[in-house]
Amino acid sequence: MSDMNQRSATIAVLVENEAGVLARVIGLFSGRGYNIDSLTVAPVDETGRISRITVVTSGTEMVIEQIKAQLDRLVPVHQVSDLTLEGPHLMRELALIKVVGQGDHRVEALRLADAFRARVVDATTESFVFEMTGNAEKIDAFCALMRPLGLAEICRTGAVAIARGTRHIAA
Amino acid sequence: MSAITTPAPATTDLRPGAEVILRALKEQGVEVIFGYPGGSVLPIYDALFQQNAIRHILVRHEQAAVHAAEGYARSTGKVGVVLVTSGPGATNAVTGLVDALMDSIPIICLTGQVPTHLIGNDAFQEADTTGITRPATKHNYLVKKSEDLARVVHEAFHVAKSGRPGPVVIDLPKDILIKPAPYTDAPPPSTPHRSYRPQVEPDAARIQEAVKLLKGAKRPVIYAGGGVINAGPEASRLLGEFTHMANMPCTNTLMGLGAFPASDPHFLGMLGMHGTVEANLAMHGCDVMLNIGARFDDRVTGRLDAFSPGSKKIHADIDPSSINKNVKVDVAIVGDAGRVLAALIEAWKADSTQQDKKALAGWWQRINEWRATNCLAYKQQGPIIKPQHAVKRLFEITRETGRDTIISTEVGQHQMWAAQYFGFDKPNHWLTSGGLGTMGYGLPAAMGAQIAHPDALCIDIAGEASILMNIQEMGTLAQYRLPVKVFILNNEYMGMVRQWQELLHGGRYSESYSAALPDFVKLAESFHAKGLRAENADQLDDVIREMIAHPGPVIADIMVAKDENCFPMIPSGAAHNDMILGPDQEGNARSVTDEGKVLV
Repeated sequence: MSDMNQRSATIAVLVENEAGVLARVIGLFSGRGYNIDSLTVAPVDETGRISRITVVTSGTEMVIEQIKAQLDRLVPVHQVSDLTLEGPHLMRELALIKVVGQGDHRVEALRLADAFRARVVDATTESFVFEMTGNAEKIDAFCALMRPLGLAEICRTGAVAIARGTRHIAA
Repeated sequence: MSAITTPAPATTDLRPGAEVILRALKEQGVEVIFGYPGGSVLPIYDALFQQNAIRHILVRHEQAAVHAAEGYARSTGKVGVVLVTSGPGATNAVTGLVDALMDSIPIICLTGQVPTHLIGNDAFQEADTTGITRPATKHNYLVKKSEDLARVVHEAFHVAKSGRPGPVVIDLPKDILIKPAPYTDAPPPSTPHRSYRPQVEPDAARIQEAVKLLKGAKRPVIYAGGGVINAGPEASRLLGEFTHMANMPCTNTLMGLGAFPASDPHFLGMLGMHGTVEANLAMHGCDVMLNIGARFDDRVTGRLDAFSPGSKKIHADIDPSSINKNVKVDVAIVGDAGRVLAALIEAWKADSTQQDKKALAGWWQRINEWRATNCLAYKQQGPIIKPQHAVKRLFEITRETGRDTIISTEVGQHQMWAAQYFGFDKPNHWLTSGGLGTMGYGLPAAMGAQIAHPDALCIDIAGEASILMNIQEMGTLAQYRLPVKVFILNNEYMGMVRQWQELLHGGRYSESYSAALPDFVKLAESFHAKGLRAENADQLDDVIREMIAHPGPVIADIMVAKDENCFPMIPSGAAHNDMILGPDQEGNARSVTDEGKVLV
């Protein structure tokens, strides 16, 4: 209880890919009052038996330790890894961003998308859908720039993350 | 006569799902199931009818089935098994499941479910049982394929009893109970689970650190909880061995009572909100604390920022998530309480460092001064029975009989008085709802214990309000001739609610009076049991003796002082050294701030 400093944690959780496993993880966070800033999940092994959940959360050091311990004791959880704590890691998010407009706004949107290395994946005479990957800040920045240019809709995956170098986790 | 048997190909080894379940239960050593039938579990009841290996106890309410299984599990160390139907059967069981989860009791609860093709259709008696029980269990399963059935049952037992024990639900759609299913044997105990692998053996380096701290301690205290009981009787023996070897004082939590003998001079009594002065002041003033199998519950710590401020804390627990949850500790040991104690004893012996005997002697002297306050003293004068006196006499008279005595309780003042005045020298003899605080727990729990121990004296120390929450189980006692004794401390109030209203809410006794009570003697008689009543102190011993001597179930209605409060008490939001010792200091509680009042 002594340390009240909050920190963000990106936690990778390898789970058995079985019915209800995501509900268990989410229920744990809501039931115990922990924050979920983002959460992604998909099967990651060749047989589809193991899924990897990436959850970004925040709290005091004591709360984050609790979150990890609580996740680890769920029966279908294989491994819990605090990427933030364990060293350098990459974090990426995918976003699809729809911008609707005409004239100068359209040209400006395209110019900025190029600068941000966002790809045009759909276009009509009045709209673009941009696809971009990057960390959350980069996507936030791009969306902010698109707002006055006709930003209509945003769809984001939430973060996925992996350690740099040879370090790796497996079930 | 012609033989109609044909050579059995491998596939005819398939049996209806219900039979496969019973076979798996048998292989897991199950002898008793507590249950209540209904539409979706009829195939299991049909299979039960056609066998003799497993006994079924028909309860009167599904909540009681789970509490009975808890009583069975806690008094034997085995897994308790429950069988209920879908929908209301399952939802009625939820309170019991959460109770078992909070108190770490191994339970398997088989719930019926509508057939797989109807799941999600709002079918008759359908409920999302796995959804509802997900936060109420250690783990749960919905069996959707017959080939998974036997494996899931075996796995459920492993999950329920290993690591930190807990309740496991297996939800069984009716078609799965009828369809032929293959049987698979339980995997050998050494087979690791795919993902679930609780740590049992403590880390040797942590044990060394702990021994170093403990050897250097000038004012040590051992604080042991239900984890020691869950680790089996050998763990309790090792706790005694270590405590004596190290000459340290030992206190138990409510859940841990019996882990250390109450009659041992090293015992400080229970700690916490209604703990003894010596236990709480030892916790407050110690320099090294060894917590084994307890979880720094709010009922134990009181105000966290004033909890044992000057001590180094060692915490051994089988559940890593219990460590550093409420209280930051200096040495964290993950492991089974018995293995931890064995490792501590071994490392203690191997370490040649001498203890500071002089400091220890000084510490014991202070403890004895605290003991001299005699904080559990009460005055039994005149005809009105003090509830404390009733429990104390019950303890003394049962001890005189020399019979193996198992005590359960409901929840409230009577529970605390039972914890304070009934001395437990052995584990597995004290059954109480500690974490969830479930009124209505005691009668079915005593029932479950009595099933497991037919010759033991099983007594539910109850209050007149709590007992009505599962009173229907008197019918179960009658049906199975279970000689459970219900010992009601009847003060005509929800006593603990009344106490808090007196101390914290200006004496406004809002809805805490037990109005329109039944005549418990007649109530007992209507359930084919014996009813007794003690209205004054002269009758108390006779009623207790008659209750014990009667071969069948008894309700003893003990009319006790109506306004007695449970002391010592650490009011909410206060620290261990800020106890109310008795009625003379009740004014102290009135200064409790709103911040304190929000705490339950």
